[in-house]
Amino acid sequence: MRTSECDLVIVGVGGQGVILISDVLGRAAVLAGKPVCGAETHGMAQRGGSVINHTRIGCRFSPMVAAGGADVLVALEPAEALRFAQFLSPAGVALVNTRPVLPSTVTSGRAKYPSIEEILAPLKAHSCRVIALDATALAQAAGTAQAMNVVMLGALSRYIPISEELILQALAQVVPSRFLEINRKAFFLGKAEVE
Amino acid sequence: MREYLLGNAAIARGLLEAGVGLVAGYPGTPSSEIIENVVSLKSELPLHVEWSVNEKVALEVAAGACWTGRRAAATMKHVGLNVAADPFMTLAYLGVGAGLVVICADDPYCHSSQNEQDSRRYAQFAGIPCLDPENPQEAKEMTIFAFELSEKFNIPVMLRPTTRVSHAREDVEVGQAEQSAGKGRFVKDPARRVALPIHARPLHHELLAKQASIEEELEKAPWNSIELKGDTGIIASGIAGLYAKEAVIELDEDLSLLCIGTYPLPRKMIRRMLEHVRRVMIIEELEPVVEEQVRMIAREVNPQVEILGKDAAIPREGELDYLRVKDAVAKMIGKPVSREPADLPMAILPPRPPSLCPGCSHRATYYAMRKVFGKKAIYPSDIGCYTMAVGMGTVDTCLCMGASITLASGIAFGGEKEGICCSLGDSTFLHGGMTGLLNAAYNKAKITVTILDNSTTAMTGHQPNPATGMTATGEKTTAVSIEGLARALGAGMVETVDPYRLEETMESFKRARDYPGLSVIIARQPCVIKARRGGVRPKTFQVGEECIGCKLCLDYDCPAIEFENDKARINALCSGCGVCVAICSSSAIKEVTK
Repeated sequence: MRTSECDLVIVGVGGQGVILISDVLGRAAVLAGKPVCGAETHGMAQRGGSVINHTRIGCRFSPMVAAGGADVLVALEPAEALRFAQFLSPAGVALVNTRPVLPSTVTSGRAKYPSIEEILAPLKAHSCRVIALDATALAQAAGTAQAMNVVMLGALSRYIPISEELILQALAQVVPSRFLEINRKAFFLGKAEVE
Repeated sequence: MREYLLGNAAIARGLLEAGVGLVAGYPGTPSSEIIENVVSLKSELPLHVEWSVNEKVALEVAAGACWTGRRAAATMKHVGLNVAADPFMTLAYLGVGAGLVVICADDPYCHSSQNEQDSRRYAQFAGIPCLDPENPQEAKEMTIFAFELSEKFNIPVMLRPTTRVSHAREDVEVGQAEQSAGKGRFVKDPARRVALPIHARPLHHELLAKQASIEEELEKAPWNSIELKGDTGIIASGIAGLYAKEAVIELDEDLSLLCIGTYPLPRKMIRRMLEHVRRVMIIEELEPVVEEQVRMIAREVNPQVEILGKDAAIPREGELDYLRVKDAVAKMIGKPVSREPADLPMAILPPRPPSLCPGCSHRATYYAMRKVFGKKAIYPSDIGCYTMAVGMGTVDTCLCMGASITLASGIAFGGEKEGICCSLGDSTFLHGGMTGLLNAAYNKAKITVTILDNSTTAMTGHQPNPATGMTATGEKTTAVSIEGLARALGAGMVETVDPYRLEETMESFKRARDYPGLSVIIARQPCVIKARRGGVRPKTFQVGEECIGCKLCLDYDCPAIEFENDKARINALCSGCGVCVAICSSSAIKEVTK
């Protein structure tokens, strides 16, 4: 028996805005009257490290998604998509922003960053749908690269059991009102990209 | 009304709904957001909330307030309880006025900690009841219950969330904040407030005597639940109970289940379980606290029962998760375990460890320190963002808050002939470093102490400290002088430098190295994250044609310096500190003037 309606894993690099996505989803789930739980990364790992956020819609149990259990993997950074791909269900969907953020191990020449193809190929072999988009470029088109996370939220909105209206209502609770228009634009650009 | 809340925010709500009169704590992951949320929720409520200098101070301040008849709480991370252990142990004897709750957040797996000690052991050791929530909603309700329990039995109560409760989020039912009741008057009662031997002996007797009635009370509490079904059972505590409930549903088996949220343990429920089953698995994170008790009870009740626990698939280290619990149960009942994890080419991924931010002044200080003291010198360090600089070679030790200075002293007294330069942050120095500095001066340690003063408690989320001139609620207060403290504690040489000025910093380190006694360097530059939030506009730098590709700048390990086609390049991460200008051997890095 399924213990959750929809399991999401949202990953990226500290500072990219992973938590905002789950905060919006959680608030939207509350507006929809659905139980929702999740788990976040705080503390040391936030400083430029890999971050993972679990969000489970329609669930009252473990705040973390089980390995192999995520219906959707949302990656704000391509290498992080592969790093956390073991969470994705083979029947799940991966949404991947293709814009890399180079770790200091790469900028200092100690490690190499793989090509996007090298990252996406094993993801495609692992799960049934991989959707890659340049969310950073779409965010820039919306008005600011900072809204990249909201572009990804827009793309994600197609795959979760919460209405777009409620997600946008929750977004308005979280984003400062002077940035709301840019963020709404970013949301719809992301959504259109996966249509 | 339901809100999507972080576990720590739910606990803060619980404190306010319980009508708390004082909350004191020291920041530490995963506990820090409790006080931050109390600050943002308190508005006009008459409630004292503070960042204390350390956890011992926080607990003592909270105890004092509860003795005036106001409900009080102290917040800390698990290792903070080591610092607060002194008052914690004796407060169990002396008791409370209004309720006193010690919120101690454990960190199984050391997500952001130096160890993964289990605070349930501390509660057991002290004879203090402990509540172990499984999720944010329960953490909030337990917070309110903890005050009632504390008052009913005249004893402090521990609330022990773990990282996966404190940093979980959930839709939580929230209620009304209550005004703090209570007189706010200290009532003299030496027999219960003065821990003289003549008072302590009967108080110890009283503490032991009340354990049975506390246990009886907790047996009725809603945090323990039992469902007897088949002859295979599970006993799980805290968040492991949540994993076990999910596993039982997923496995769709007729398993008996006892979920535990309170200590002392509900022994009657454990007896009922042991009388009912043929075998039972004990699922708990870290120490076998429940398991040991279950084994003792089984000897009386049902010696034949098979008990599986830490010797089976339940590890004594790290954290549990749902799959681990499900697989342990599946294995016990002979069902297939989860399939192997997917085979993914993880080796192609570059490591992405947490690291100092671009422009972080700690990097500059350590660079200068290493240039002056050299590779052979000994560098005891401490707990804070700067511990992440372990790769720079200037972090040789990290033990506990403030131990850099004392370890450095001991290393010097032990006979080490190389130079010794230790380092710790401003908040860490004020928390636990001052006594070590006093000791170093008193006992004539010839060491250099570097105080990395970024004017905040950065790692835990930028909380103010006594040197920042700001309280937890943002009010202005006395800004304690670190220079003045260092001199008063007996340091012979005290100098303050701006680490962004590399050459001057190196000159200062040279004077400290050559100083014949105890020297203190205060490297002051605001945390780059905080400075940016405060509106500091960064300068822009670029690498010119003069770059000879010598890679000297890569030695600085700044994420904003990249190498491309054998030339250095400054990327968009640059925060404009300009330290690399001084490092470059061919003067190729220049400020861009707009």
